Amino acid sequence: MKKETWKELTIGTINLEAGNSVKNLTGTWRSGHKPEFIEEHCIQCFFCWLYCPHFAILVEDGEVKGINYDYCTGCGMCAEECPSKEKSIVMVKEEVKLAEGGTE
Amino acid sequence: MSTLKTLNGNQTIAEAVRQVDPDVMAAYPITPSTAIVETIAKFKADGLISGEFVCPESEHSAMSVCIGAASAGGRVMTATASQGLALMWEMLYIAAGLRLPIVAGIANRALSAPINIHGDHSDTMGARDAGWIQIYSENCQEAYDNFIQAFRIAEHLDVRTPVLVGLDGFIISHSMEVVQVEGDEKIKDFVGEYQSVYPLLDTSRKITVGPLDFTDYYFEHKRNQMAGIENAPGVIQQVGKEYGEKFGRYYGFFEEYRMEDAETCIVVMSSAAGTCKDAIDELRNEGKKIGLLKPRIFRPFPAKEIALALKGTRAVAVLDRSACPGAFGAPLFTEIRNALYDYDPRPKVVNYVYGLGGRDIKVEHFKDVAEKLDKIAETGKVEEIYGYLNLRE
Amino acid sequence: MVKLKDLAQMEDRLVAGHGMCLGCGIPLIFKVVLRATEDPLVIANATGCLEVCTTIFPRTAWNVTWIHSAFENAASTIAGVEAMYNALKRKGKIPKDKTIKFLGTGGDGGTYDIGLQALSGTMERGHDVVYLCYDNNAYANTGGQRSSATPLGASATTSPAGTHSPGKLQWRKDLTKILTAHNIPYVAQASPSRWQDLYNKAKKAFEVEGPAFLNVLCMCPTEWKYDESKGVELAKIATDTCVWPLYEVENGKYKLNYKPKEKKPILEWIKPQGRFRHLFKEENAWVLEEFQKKVDEEWEELNRLASI
Repeated sequence: MKKETWKELTIGTINLEAGNSVKNLTGTWRSGHKPEFIEEHCIQCFFCWLYCPHFAILVEDGEVKGINYDYCTGCGMCAEECPSKEKSIVMVKEEVKLAEGGTE
Repeated sequence: MSTLKTLNGNQTIAEAVRQVDPDVMAAYPITPSTAIVETIAKFKADGLISGEFVCPESEHSAMSVCIGAASAGGRVMTATASQGLALMWEMLYIAAGLRLPIVAGIANRALSAPINIHGDHSDTMGARDAGWIQIYSENCQEAYDNFIQAFRIAEHLDVRTPVLVGLDGFIISHSMEVVQVEGDEKIKDFVGEYQSVYPLLDTSRKITVGPLDFTDYYFEHKRNQMAGIENAPGVIQQVGKEYGEKFGRYYGFFEEYRMEDAETCIVVMSSAAGTCKDAIDELRNEGKKIGLLKPRIFRPFPAKEIALALKGTRAVAVLDRSACPGAFGAPLFTEIRNALYDYDPRPKVVNYVYGLGGRDIKVEHFKDVAEKLDKIAETGKVEEIYGYLNLRE
Repeated sequence: MVKLKDLAQMEDRLVAGHGMCLGCGIPLIFKVVLRATEDPLVIANATGCLEVCTTIFPRTAWNVTWIHSAFENAASTIAGVEAMYNALKRKGKIPKDKTIKFLGTGGDGGTYDIGLQALSGTMERGHDVVYLCYDNNAYANTGGQRSSATPLGASATTSPAGTHSPGKLQWRKDLTKILTAHNIPYVAQASPSRWQDLYNKAKKAFEVEGPAFLNVLCMCPTEWKYDESKGVELAKIATDTCVWPLYEVENGKYKLNYKPKEKKPILEWIKPQGRFRHLFKEENAWVLEEFQKKVDEEWEELNRLASI
């Protein structure tokens, strides 16, 4: 990513691009575990969405559809808080890939 | 309509505030600037100003309120002195870094310890690297004129940098003087409408103000900030000229008094310059070729212009109303001596610290300095580069 | 009653790609609170975890108008923004029908300690702002130093447990009570584990005219040292042990929002957290006793206040 010269920056240390942190893929932080979504068990309670600190639960058309691994850090709170009779999110082992940097 | 009013320095600042009617005024009372805050509060209570007056619980919060308000998008002022300015320290740098055109009236006062409420420049000189434009006033009239011009300078789109206007504590802040107060409409017209740049209250933009920089951006942002104060000199001159055309009182970077054929020169700022003028008149009557240079703008420092004004003299004494412990001379001296370095021939330059904690400086003290300058000019030798005036040795 | 499904479909005002820790409680709090008003919002954020992790230039995780100026002055900064809003509205520069809400926020360092004076001033002056403290019991951003919100007996880097010390020796400051003493219209204590309660409180805080204060417990796996997947559970235990009671004070009237059916012993709160590990040494038994005693006393006092 090309970095601005001092002349190109907005005055007053302001960032004009709201929410551009979505380019930071925090999913690269995962180390060994990832949640797996089992749709047929899901009761659409949205607790996983609520308790995901990294905004990694995919919601489409008003339904939880799965995990966005671009952002999931593998903390496991979604699986822990999943209340369905048979867990609809379980933590599974993941082979660690050495990522190149944390942003796209 | 222009009228003559008998006002002290604090009242002139408050009067200017009433006329400019900033959107938010936030200030905490402290001697000797208390009356500025009180008078604004009374104006507000009497419905004479339409902006918001906020009376925070400390100067740190006063400047923080100013920062929030200026970022929100509107005209903002404050006033303080001494320990109050010191408590604002952290936020002064942030106001400048965020490029917020806040205008502050500072009734210059000594810093503790020991605690002392009287006039010297230790407070604003300590803030000289905070990124603020600094304007110093000789008397109540200048305080009024400077304060009004400060809004135009600070808010200019090429500048967007906070400005502080100094007036000596008690000597100016509490001394009554006949002041030419211009008409309300004329002042409003001169200052003009405030133009917002990235205001928070334009919530459609969702901007992030004041983010965190790592090593890859901090330097560029700081350099970007410096461009604002670097653009100030042209604006200061333009505003000073326009003010003169409108109201008959012209302003530049500094005032030269009887400098036309001067061989020696005293450089002194603020109220002491008035006394110095009397001394210069007496010395001129005695046939001495001496003049005064009174800096008005200390930041950005008009180095080239001052050097050009001084380079033809043989000896210069720079008088500082603040000390700089451990440094090679006090702030004004180091700037001026530095500015002259590239000129050849150049005058000898010496430094005298005077007036700390409100200690008087009288005509006789300037005459002593003139005598020393004569000796330096005659011999080309400096015996003492740094000294003190009116101090019990 | 609001449904999570509906909240999930609202636009995120804090978005993905922020740098907060695995299992951090802060985003959970803000996910709910920032949905409790649909009005435009300006946030002033104190220096701290949230500020640092969301705004590393040239990225920002804020999809809402946001400002940071310093550590101790989020309350004064948001007060300034609100003052300008009032001025410009009065002068007709902001349309009469436009409403903007204002939120100041900081951690316990920026709120209980260094920012307490600015917060007190802003509340006393009656600015129409909400202030939210995310209380993670430590200066987490700088590596876990003690704050006045750090619990008795917790080992923090500036109140470390050692052969001659059981960790922090003092009981925590009751900031919610201090804010209550400001006689502002709304004060509440909440937890991200009870999202509905948190949502309701945030909504009230935004809607009330005048200052409102929310003190929200914020789990911090990094400094509390527990299995990060257990954060929500731990926050629930905090309310079930009455270590962190959920209550609100509306115009001076206390109301308990959650009474555990069976008040659990503090050990359930303490055991999972590494910062309390040393308390199980024989010589530190008194700390556990003292801890339970203080929690009991405070819970009793709170019940008394709520019954008035």
